[in-house]
Amino acid sequence: MTEPTMMQTVQTIVADLKDKKGALLPILHAVQNALGYVPPETVPTIAKELNLSRAEVHGVISFYHYFRDTAPGKHTIQVCRAESCLSLGGKELENHVKTKLGIDYHETTADGQFSLEPIYCLGNCACSPAIQIGKDVYGKVSTADFDELLKEKSA
Amino acid sequence: MSITVYVPCDSSAVSVGADRVANAIAQEAEKRGVEINIVRNGSRGMYWLEPMVEVATDNGRIAYGAVKTSDVSSLFDADFLNDGSHALSLGLTEEIPYFKNQQRLTFARVGITDPVSLEDYMAHDGYRGLKNALEISQADIVKHVSDSGLRGRGGAAFPTGIKWNTVLNTQADQKYIICNADEGDSGTFSDRMIMEGDPFVLIEGMTIAGLAVSATQGYIYLRIEYPHAFEILNTAIANAYAAGYLGDDVQGSGRAFHLEVRQGAGAYVCGEETSLMESLEGKRGLVRFKPPLPAISGLFGKPTVVNNVISLASVPIILDKGGDFYRDFGMGRSRGTLPLQLAGNLKHPGLVELAFGVTLRELLYDFGGGSATGKPIRSVQVGGPLGAYLPESQFDTPLDYEAFAALWAVVGHGGIVAFDDTVDMAEMAKYSMEFCAVESCGKCTPCRIGSTRGYEVMDEIVNKRDLDKNIPLLRSLCDTMLNSSLCALGGMTPYPVLSALNHFPEDFGVRVEHNAA
Repeated sequence: MTEPTMMQTVQTIVADLKDKKGALLPILHAVQNALGYVPPETVPTIAKELNLSRAEVHGVISFYHYFRDTAPGKHTIQVCRAESCLSLGGKELENHVKTKLGIDYHETTADGQFSLEPIYCLGNCACSPAIQIGKDVYGKVSTADFDELLKEKSA
Repeated sequence: MSITVYVPCDSSAVSVGADRVANAIAQEAEKRGVEINIVRNGSRGMYWLEPMVEVATDNGRIAYGAVKTSDVSSLFDADFLNDGSHALSLGLTEEIPYFKNQQRLTFARVGITDPVSLEDYMAHDGYRGLKNALEISQADIVKHVSDSGLRGRGGAAFPTGIKWNTVLNTQADQKYIICNADEGDSGTFSDRMIMEGDPFVLIEGMTIAGLAVSATQGYIYLRIEYPHAFEILNTAIANAYAAGYLGDDVQGSGRAFHLEVRQGAGAYVCGEETSLMESLEGKRGLVRFKPPLPAISGLFGKPTVVNNVISLASVPIILDKGGDFYRDFGMGRSRGTLPLQLAGNLKHPGLVELAFGVTLRELLYDFGGGSATGKPIRSVQVGGPLGAYLPESQFDTPLDYEAFAALWAVVGHGGIVAFDDTVDMAEMAKYSMEFCAVESCGKCTPCRIGSTRGYEVMDEIVNKRDLDKNIPLLRSLCDTMLNSSLCALGGMTPYPVLSALNHFPEDFGVRVEHNAA
């Protein structure tokens, strides 16, 4: 994506949403939905339109785990680390995922295919252990199931 | 006449293949030239049977589960559409003991209706609470809620009627209703099931709350981890607007109520009500000092009702059948029903709505069927990541806010996570500190620094280093966090940590005589 297009996208989003009450989170969501992340170079535009300082906007982006300021891989894999999943082999699954992808949390594979993020509960606790790839949730995931999913997504 | 087949659209059911099963059934029916009508309902909450397919018959719905795509062809061969026998047949859904033995009030429609069909909602007693609310005074609406004994189902158990009454009696040009749908507690999913399975009941509950206190704008603050709920809620809200149940003139009453879903961004602390309001205002989710109470000065400085999804979703039945009806369920000062969520290492995990008073043991064994792995259940965490771990000796405790408080435990949002005897409780305590460190908003020192130091101390303990020094240090640190944190995140992280240490000292390398000394 070329620079002007990215900025245009952000400007359109901000113009659409800035009059909402408490507009910053909806704007950041819309930007991340459109671009996959909130590029640091768009922060001054967002700040100016909302009459905030750049520090304030940056502070909000960095506070929330979900917002990211770097481009994600093609697929984002989130592994649940919470208690219910831990009770049914979540730790083994987590270790397997990291080994299989060759990356740790908050990293992206060298081929740009997969980003790995921890998540604290997907609300899928009756089907533990659980992971999410993109917006799709998977329950009762064995290490073999994960390998299968990875193959599917890599194809 | 086409036969109706139900396949849940609940995201947990989808996570184990419900979409694929629904597609397979549609394709197989087409291939065989059979006319069927597939309805994507919510989940009945028997998750070990998901994807659970139901077929409508004159005698009620017949269930089949857990159905895999590879079973679909054999289901048709066995004529499952006409009650043909099949290995996966479970009989009438409502006769399955797990379901039959529940007392479903808040969850009355979940799994039965098409979640976004207003027609279905109306056909199953929907909007009867609102109809009554429109005919009585604001004070009487609040009185019904007060009489019901409803206490905040998010976990804090504060009487809902008192909160509403405060907002009603505070004068302002604008008031707000916020639904706290930031269900971050691990082991909980009842909010998600309501939002995905019966969103109108939440919309109705919020509308009633708005009428009761003169609030014209509502926000559902929904966690980003629930994308399915986001879509279903938005569809249901659009349908409610189209039918005049939301908008400037709710059902011709001349009174306005508007509703919007706002997404969180992955911060657990935003489930704390003041942090949630900061987030809705577009800021970092830092916890506010109280007072002022949100009921006096909340969102954008205006009087605000902040209630959990289950609290608000329990309001329609209270207004439909009266506060007394609801209050007649339960025990002591815990009135009504609680949707309990059985999770973790259990054979039969799922949603069990019952009046307060059921014991943990009944839930774990009669409903839960014991552990999934077949090993003894050693420890149970009740009430999310800030809830205490209970050992087997406490399993006869009834689910009741006060009974749990007496054990230095919490009922919280009703999540129950079971662990078998392979669990290392010191590792779980270390995890609790780590979680607090990751999720701390950073405003107060006991939580921000305490959790990080707690994680380091627990790491030492897990590695059996300097226990004589580190165990007392851990206790001292927990004492500081417990008594001087600004909110429940830092203030309650000691619950899982100290309960693990006190009930399972052997996992911490503490000899019993050492512990006593």
